Amino acid sequence: MTRPVDLLIIGAGPAGMAAALAAAPSGISIVVLDDNPLPGGQIWRDGPNAQLPTVATEMRAQLQRYSNIHLHSGTKVVAIAGPKRLLLEDAERGWVLGYEKLILCTGARELLLPFPGWTLPGVTGAGGLQALIKSGVPVSGERIVIAGSGPLLLASAATAKKNGAEVVRIAEQAGRRAVSGFALGLWRWPNKAFQAVTLASGAYRLSAHVIEALGSDRLEAVRMQTGSRVEEIACDRLACGFSLVPNTELGSALGCEVRDRAIVVDEWQTTGLTDHYAAGECTGFGGSELALVEGKIAGLVAVGRQEEARAHWPERQRWQRFADRLNQAFTLDPALKTLATADTLVCRCEDVPYAELADHASWNSAKLNTRCGMGACQGRICATAAHTLFGWEPPRLRPPFSPARIATLACLDEPAA
Amino acid sequence: MIQGTDIRGQAADVIIIGGGIIGAACADELASQGLQVCVLDCQRPAATAAGMGHLVVLDHSPAELALGEYSVRLWRELAPQMPENCAMRNNGTLWLACNEEEMAEAERKHAALSEFGLACELMSGAALAKAEPSLRPGLFGALRVTGDGILYAPNAARWLLQRQPERVRQQHAEVVEVQGNRVRLADGQWLQAGAVVLANGIHARDLCPDVPLHAKKGHLLITDRYPIQITHTLVELGYVTSAHKGNGPSVAFNVQQRPTGQLFIGSSRQFDNEDPTIDAAMLGRMLRRAMDFLPDLGQMNGIRSWTGFRSASPDGQPLIGEHPEQPGLWLAVGHEGLGVTTATGTAKLLAAQLLHTPPPLDLDAFLPQRFIGAPAHA
Ligand SMILES: Cc1cc2nc3c(=O)[nH]c(=O)nc-3n(C[C@H](O)[C@H](O)[C@H](O)COP(=O)(O)OP(=O)(O)OC[C@H]3O[C@@H](n4cnc5c(N)ncnc54)[C@H](O)[C@@H]3O)c2cc1C
Ligand SMILES: Cc1cc2nc3c(=O)[nH]c(=O)nc-3n(C[C@H](O)[C@H](O)[C@H](O)COP(=O)(O)OP(=O)(O)OC[C@H]3O[C@@H](n4cnc5c(N)ncnc54)[C@H](O)[C@@H]3O)c2cc1C
Repeated sequence: MTRPVDLLIIGAGPAGMAAALAAAPSGISIVVLDDNPLPGGQIWRDGPNAQLPTVATEMRAQLQRYSNIHLHSGTKVVAIAGPKRLLLEDAERGWVLGYEKLILCTGARELLLPFPGWTLPGVTGAGGLQALIKSGVPVSGERIVIAGSGPLLLASAATAKKNGAEVVRIAEQAGRRAVSGFALGLWRWPNKAFQAVTLASGAYRLSAHVIEALGSDRLEAVRMQTGSRVEEIACDRLACGFSLVPNTELGSALGCEVRDRAIVVDEWQTTGLTDHYAAGECTGFGGSELALVEGKIAGLVAVGRQEEARAHWPERQRWQRFADRLNQAFTLDPALKTLATADTLVCRCEDVPYAELADHASWNSAKLNTRCGMGACQGRICATAAHTLFGWEPPRLRPPFSPARIATLACLDEPAA
Repeated sequence: MIQGTDIRGQAADVIIIGGGIIGAACADELASQGLQVCVLDCQRPAATAAGMGHLVVLDHSPAELALGEYSVRLWRELAPQMPENCAMRNNGTLWLACNEEEMAEAERKHAALSEFGLACELMSGAALAKAEPSLRPGLFGALRVTGDGILYAPNAARWLLQRQPERVRQQHAEVVEVQGNRVRLADGQWLQAGAVVLANGIHARDLCPDVPLHAKKGHLLITDRYPIQITHTLVELGYVTSAHKGNGPSVAFNVQQRPTGQLFIGSSRQFDNEDPTIDAAMLGRMLRRAMDFLPDLGQMNGIRSWTGFRSASPDGQPLIGEHPEQPGLWLAVGHEGLGVTTATGTAKLLAAQLLHTPPPLDLDAFLPQRFIGAPAHA
């Protein structure tokens, strides 16, 4: 095992980068790791077709200037190797890294809910589409329907448009009252308001949701419910995301408390576990500004600069209010839980349809009897969907947290240093 | 559902506690003999869902050999009727010898199995390399046992429980107390039958504390799907000569490729550890061992690992028969790491005793009397 680092940060999104930069002046050794090829997280996901804002490129440059920050991109956490020791893997090797303190900045992912046809080629998540485009997949001239809930739909639509796609419909499940409430709440935060206005377009519909994706080998059209009307829209792609869910699995495996799907932290961004902190969207959906300030606070607290951290509390509170409003405005309509029909696959890895799951009383029983969640994604998608659909508590992660080479896993036999 | 309103005021002719592979095989066999069976199960974590499903004849003792050979033969007879999701394959086992000492064990085993009429052959190192080119070069040789197989035990159990619905009823219920041929459920209700069969694996200890069972923890890991790497189930002979000897934690190489293309990797053994969480160091050791034998494994992706508990009796053989001190209570427990294999034979031995028909094998080595109410073992 290599020497333990003073501070390990998991996730190089806004929260992780801010945490590293806040802690770095103390001179301690810092490792930031992220499973993406480049730092930036979800919002500043890089790629041939991505255009990063200055704040992102500046933070990146600063990360490089600190010789005590080591960035491991393309690196994932595979298992807990022991107390304060994690098993890591990148494209070349697997190794065990020890740490004194840890900040979880694992962010959030999209909630994907099953509906008839959702496994057809051409159907992705809303953020998934954005990532595809940024990675260089051409969409120019394609007709795209974006559906689901939350501001991510607008962000995804903006990326698609910028890259030459024709966004034929943006279907927001939330109703007018909720969204106008949200829009009204924006006036105090001009940046956000600006974003929302420029993104809104004639294709935007409220109280609208997808019923079915149609097509034989590939997506050809989408059947939509808009208010009481049902219509069919021909399209080449459907991007569908039903808001975000925090990535709490690693925190939970480490022993941090998770409540309402988010890692629980106090005002110092500390979890109940000594020397373990969390910041950004793994502690609840809140947008990049909240992630940045939380990351900053966590980084300062981890190096003992509580007073400086406290100075950022008002800023955090401001963004937290915005986040609360957002979450209220986009509460999911229970009708979305009934989109799947008996033969709609819920677990794509093991081909388990909705009807086979619906009879069970818990995730464990369903898993035991249907193999649901036993595929390569380890239930990341289906257990999250099942949590929403049936209220089943998702299972605790077991190693390997994601598929990992046997040679990497064999490193777990190293005795603790 | 079952109100004790049947003939003779009973829930069924036989109540079976536990719907794992043992309870399922017993239910199916007793139903075939014309009995009405009620299977009670509460879906606890069970060995059947955890295990490897290797159908393998072991020969630590003549009795084990006899039960194993008979049981695997029964599985092969059932195979044509089994649905595809049971993933039954008669792929054979290769017992691998790394050195002369292990080859001597292969030869001993060859003699013992052959004498029993099992089809098996000794292979040279070169023949082994040809049969399984993914193995590391330079192994000493192997013993090939052709009748062995693999199956997906949870589905096999489900199939056995469902295929005679007119005689086998399943009820979701937790049994909290057993008194001879009566059982009390968690909701307070008592059920009664002509006989009660205790087939709830390691949990049998909770209901019948005089059943001497110890948990032996095991780790397993399965990979993503890959093109064919190996055809037989590969097991190291170190399993018998060194690796799993003694009482310390140990690992041994045991790998099969499932019909899905996934490589299924075992095995580890830990005593006196009833914590189901994965022991990272143990998992690491087990995989290091597997890579020793299959070097290419290192670059394949593991996708899932888990643990399970083997329920072991003091002499490693199951307890099959009536409880010596509780008339009406029958035991089918203590199958350790071999219960999927021996489920079919266990069911026949139990049915023969229950119905007073001639047993297909000598029963002595399996009778509960060897531990319960027997001063010889005090
Ligand atoms: C798909 C998607 C697209 C989004 N697009 C936008 C957008 O366009 N505009 C916008 O305003 N907001 C967007 N958001 C919201 C965005 O997540 C937040 O605004 C902000 O990025 C949150 O920052 P964060 O640092 O908390 O987490 P993230 O930005 O999510 O960063 C977390 C990072 O940690 C990595 N990670 C997580 N777990 C592990 C692990 N175990 N090992 C290694 N690395 C790990 C992740 O890959 C990720 O890079 C998007 C969210 C999602 C899920
Ligand atoms: C790691 C590992 C690897 C193995 N590999 C192999 C192998 O390759 N080949 C092989 O032949 N064997 C193998 N085995 C052994 C085999 O899996 C077991 O011997 C076999 O599954 C035991 O089955 P069972 O029906 O007795 O018990 P279980 O499968 O444990 O079933 C017990 C059932 O009883 C129920 N139950 C428990 N308590 C109660 C209660 N109070 N009321 C109602 N219901 C109750 C449970 O819900 C459960 O369904 C392995 C075991 C392990 C752990």
